[in-house]
Amino acid sequence: MRSLAVTIVPGAARLDAEGWLDVEARIEAALRTRPPRLKRQLRLLVLALEWGPLLRHGRRFSRMDSARRTEILEGVQRSATPLLRRGFWGLRTLVLLGYYGRPDVRRSVGYRADPGGWAALMGDLTDGSDDVPDESDDVPDESNDGPGGGT
Amino acid sequence: MIDREYDVVIIGSGAGGGTVALGLAPLAEQGRRVLVIEQGPRLADEEFTGEEIEMAEALYADSGGFLTADGTMTLAFGRVYGGSTAVYTGTSLVPEPRVVESWAIPGLSHTDLAERCRHFAGQNNVHLLDPFEINENNTLFEAGCVRAGFEARQFPVNVKGCRGSSLCNLGCPNAAKQGTDRVQLPAAERRGVEVVSRAEATRIEEKLVVVRVSAAPAGGKGGPPEWEPGEYRVRAGTVVVAGGALGSPALLQHSGFGERLPRLGEGFTCHPAFILVGEHSREITNDVGHPKSYYVDRAVEEGYVLETCMYFPFVTAKSLIGFGATNESFLRAFPRLQMILVLACDRATAGNRVAVDSGGRPVVHYRFTDEVVRALAAGTRASARIFFGAGAERVHVPLASPPELRATEASEIDERIRPEHFLAGTVPVSAAHLMGGCGMGSSAGDSVTDSWGRVHGHSWLRVADSSLFPDSLRINPYLTIMALADRAAEAIREDLLR
Repeated sequence: MRSLAVTIVPGAARLDAEGWLDVEARIEAALRTRPPRLKRQLRLLVLALEWGPLLRHGRRFSRMDSARRTEILEGVQRSATPLLRRGFWGLRTLVLLGYYGRPDVRRSVGYRADPGGWAALMGDLTDGSDDVPDESDDVPDESNDGPGGGT
Repeated sequence: MIDREYDVVIIGSGAGGGTVALGLAPLAEQGRRVLVIEQGPRLADEEFTGEEIEMAEALYADSGGFLTADGTMTLAFGRVYGGSTAVYTGTSLVPEPRVVESWAIPGLSHTDLAERCRHFAGQNNVHLLDPFEINENNTLFEAGCVRAGFEARQFPVNVKGCRGSSLCNLGCPNAAKQGTDRVQLPAAERRGVEVVSRAEATRIEEKLVVVRVSAAPAGGKGGPPEWEPGEYRVRAGTVVVAGGALGSPALLQHSGFGERLPRLGEGFTCHPAFILVGEHSREITNDVGHPKSYYVDRAVEEGYVLETCMYFPFVTAKSLIGFGATNESFLRAFPRLQMILVLACDRATAGNRVAVDSGGRPVVHYRFTDEVVRALAAGTRASARIFFGAGAERVHVPLASPPELRATEASEIDERIRPEHFLAGTVPVSAAHLMGGCGMGSSAGDSVTDSWGRVHGHSWLRVADSSLFPDSLRINPYLTIMALADRAAEAIREDLLR
């Protein structure tokens, strides 16, 4: 599974052991509410992707170099068999969820969304008041790089 | 099985159910018993954290990953107090006369719908954002439209006290979005309407709803249900089905109404959409500020609508075609990304329908018609021009091979972006405007309900949600849903006061 994940998101290669466990836990959690049939199909697909290349290329998927892995997954992604395409879609979605679901990964790509919105961006989010300000409170100081201000 | 008795039971608390609830509040004040049941949980304000994965799990059916039967399209819809009004961006448009007139439903006029839409626009504080509230993801779209020759229009949105978190689709963390969870439902509850969360209608019989109330799962978001967990038999003089374009037709079919209503489940449309991203050379304000300020309406001319949008890392990654280094390189450019949503204005088509499995769960059969694929391709070409007009250096385009165009290749847009590159199950298509399945019309031969949402042959049973649309609306549907639900509420009031 990890060799598949690294082929889908190369950045996953930088994960440490704890990071991998976290990614796998997120995937497991996402599958928890899915029908057992779907989980079985995904496991089968992972097994087929790992062992299938042994017959044709003489190597398991996880033993191949990244270029060959990419080639194999591209073939599956554009397979003439809709079930295979669908299976790969599901697998890819789970890997992306496990990886981009991690807060450190979101930060590393520069994702900055914050419930504090404009105020948080400008770094002047003040105390922990729960009051929602009226719209005039949201008017940024024009001397700062506010919305449309070229930040 | 526990027995309960009400005058009216409303199934669902979204744009339809929430509106009916408030519309019937005067009856509740007069002592009539009105109940809303909502399958999802009711969250406390502090539970809206804006965290992508946990909020998707808490607010959406199947965490936002409900798939069509063949697995080629993701359908996103809310399952929470307030339904999908808790998770949309709040764009609020009145339907075009041409659309309502093309439906040709006896007893339904555009004038009446538009008047009701304007009423709810006022109730929900719908207005245009001031220029200082609009981020660069949106201003670049507008500038790109000017340069590429498209007319960008500003979306009216239903926010009050918006801080610009950009997290609308994960439930506003600042209680600013004026969905039914913030406006209609609390007002209805204050006037005596009861709302029970975590309550699923499993079957409808003659003036009776079978309801399953579930306990809150350990560690999950949301409070406990207002009723003790268990099975209930709720009798009611009037039943209003407002479970959305998937939930309503599925529940009615599971309850056996399909035998005398051959159109039940038919006419499903959803504005199939995908996300395009363009990368600029500098950082822009994109994940701060309201995400959706402008749109381009080319529904009549070319069958598509473009909208500004901004999504979160996982959804963005999932929405890019392919995998590997190229896909990841767009994600790593997140602060420089501009996003556009291309929506195809699909039409009701034979075979595109909502069915039901043996457990009562909706099953959506949907085939992308050639018209839809052509519209997506035309919208993609237009978006590429807008991106480059706005100064983007490269654009991710799912309908090109390879799926990337650089600014130096802008002259190749028409030849590179082709409908032939659309391969269902590979191109990431999703939809959030789910419509049809209980379409209005004149008789059971051509529809499921009349223009007031009354189910043909069942005077005690009404539908009040987007499943009423006989064809796609070609805009965000929520104000129109409210208008139709308001008609249903008006008719129920008249019935009960007669």
